[in-house]
Amino acid sequence: MIEYALEYPDKLLYPLLEHIQMLVITLMISLILAAFLTIISIYSRLLSKTLVYFFSVIYAVPSIALFALLIPLTGLGKTTAIIVLVLYNQYVLLRNFLEGLDEVDPAVTEAATGIGMTKMQLLIKIKIPLSKRALFTGIRISVVTTIGIATIAAFINAGGLGSILNDGLRTVNTVKILWGSILAAGLAIVTNTILSKFERKL
Amino acid sequence: MTQKAIEFHNISKKFKHAQYYAVDKVNLSIEEGEFITILGSSGSGKTTLLKMVNKLYEPSQGSISLFGEDIANIDSIRLRRKIGYVIQQIGLFPHMTIAQNVATIPKLLQWNKKKINDRVAYLLNLVGLDANDFMNRYPSQLSGGQQQRIGLARALAVDPKIMLLDEPLGAVDAITRLSLQEELLRIHGGLNKTFLLVTHDINEAFKLGSRVVIMNSGKVSQFDTPRNIVANPADEFVYSLIESSRSQEQFWEGLR
Amino acid sequence: MDNNIWLQMKDYFAENMGDFLIAVKEHLEVSLIALLIAIIIGISCGYVCFKYKKMESKIIPFFQVLRVIPSLAILLLLIPIMGTGIKSAIIALVLLSVPPVLMNTVVGIKEVPGFLIESAYGMGMTERQVFWKVQLPLALPLIFTGIKIATIEIIASATLAAKIGSGGIGEIIFTGLGLNRTDLLVIGGITVGLMTILASFIIELINRMLMRYKYLK
Repeated sequence: MIEYALEYPDKLLYPLLEHIQMLVITLMISLILAAFLTIISIYSRLLSKTLVYFFSVIYAVPSIALFALLIPLTGLGKTTAIIVLVLYNQYVLLRNFLEGLDEVDPAVTEAATGIGMTKMQLLIKIKIPLSKRALFTGIRISVVTTIGIATIAAFINAGGLGSILNDGLRTVNTVKILWGSILAAGLAIVTNTILSKFERKL
Repeated sequence: MTQKAIEFHNISKKFKHAQYYAVDKVNLSIEEGEFITILGSSGSGKTTLLKMVNKLYEPSQGSISLFGEDIANIDSIRLRRKIGYVIQQIGLFPHMTIAQNVATIPKLLQWNKKKINDRVAYLLNLVGLDANDFMNRYPSQLSGGQQQRIGLARALAVDPKIMLLDEPLGAVDAITRLSLQEELLRIHGGLNKTFLLVTHDINEAFKLGSRVVIMNSGKVSQFDTPRNIVANPADEFVYSLIESSRSQEQFWEGLR
Repeated sequence: MDNNIWLQMKDYFAENMGDFLIAVKEHLEVSLIALLIAIIIGISCGYVCFKYKKMESKIIPFFQVLRVIPSLAILLLLIPIMGTGIKSAIIALVLLSVPPVLMNTVVGIKEVPGFLIESAYGMGMTERQVFWKVQLPLALPLIFTGIKIATIEIIASATLAAKIGSGGIGEIIFTGLGLNRTDLLVIGGITVGLMTILASFIIELINRMLMRYKYLK
């Protein structure tokens, strides 16, 4: 196994970097979209419920099924993968964001509203600072989820660590399967550990 | 010599890591059929004292006897089934109907169905609720006052000789509180049970108690009938308690 | 083009209805077996965690790490150990779905308010009675949420498990990917999607029936 890594380091490194690239792009789009949806959600209870419900239904659909359903529309490759990943992230982020913001002591928000803050001021000056940990938890979970589902995206030619697995499966190569699994698991565990450490400091 | 219902012999309790004794060398002797109220502010040790009677807390020193029997020698489960227990948060089980809540212990004791149903109906009527109307409802469908009536009925389920009530009316509104106080007196009067009720409300303590225990930082300041306490306050603390109540009364008088 | 897909799908069902139903049956079988095992393991481990505080600090971190690992990695890591086939698929699915059941069991039991427990002890319940009559029933709503998450996870991952030879709807999707057949992709995708949505709906329904008291006014 070690020999394989020494002999073809780029065959492991390149998919790893591709995986991280997919993660970063997905995360940036997801965060912008989720922030936007969260802000419009605080203005309408009905809208926020509808959005969460809508994304929860999408989230319940297995990723491979969602990939399959999007292929006729957006084809194989990274674009489809990132669309699916962003959709999944919306549920994780939106739910955690809204729940986190809701957990702020009602007495505090009432006091803030009482002294004349607008909803936007309440959000920025009171709710976000008081719930930053819960907000970050949402981001951490979405990062880990993205790393996991991105491995599956290799089946639709999106590259990443899943491509090592796919190759290994096709050529019945245990070494590749092991490397792919270990790198995917390792990336998820390491990222989660680092983010958890950071989260505890918040 | 008549048997004492509850006797505290030199009872003390110190919690782990605490600096002071929560209950400090308390001696009390309570006759059967009395309505004893324990009055004190939070941290006075009144609830701790109560919870040692049904062994939710173990005393650090001293002993407690019920009808002459040291509770240290009674199995705690058997002991608790003979003692009714009511708490401020009521503690009705939300997943059980009213009837199931009241029947909890009878069921564990495997009474037959008819006996259980009769008992539930009797108890609901006793606490002033229509049995047919309430039996199959869930606690969440009841008002706070109604819930506490059920809490009382549940505590009375297996006809305990002793009832422990830990601020039972602490969470209900002032008006409901008054009517429930009357109810407690009525129920106590008809049953020849020994009631031990903890409260921080001086009016409640003096209205309900045939005798009142006044507690201050773990010690009993005075234990006597309301009349005697008002006539001869034992110490500075009791005196100031009565004075504060008096000045409140004057305030109300002034509004007339 | 669109008409073409509908036509192809109609043809598929006309010719391969039997195969399709077998795939559905395989998928449901594997999922159900894995779910039952996961529920049993999850709830009993949850009970152990609650009963023996020392075990909690050993069991929980293990499953927390397990939860983070991508499902595909868990599925494939079993190949070198157990080979391919239904057995390793079921083991992988169980590993993937125990964490939500376990965590929700532990949290559910812990979240039962202290005064209810005290009330139960005060009435003279034994420790066992307090657990079975009060703590477990009150933890059930959260345990059900855990089971729902586990079910979704299982049905989704059972699709991937086709790659390690467990059959099911995944086979249809992967064939579609391999042969570039849109009709198969759509049929497979919609079937699995409906399965998870339906399954979580059914579990929610059972939850509401059992926990009627929570939804009363």
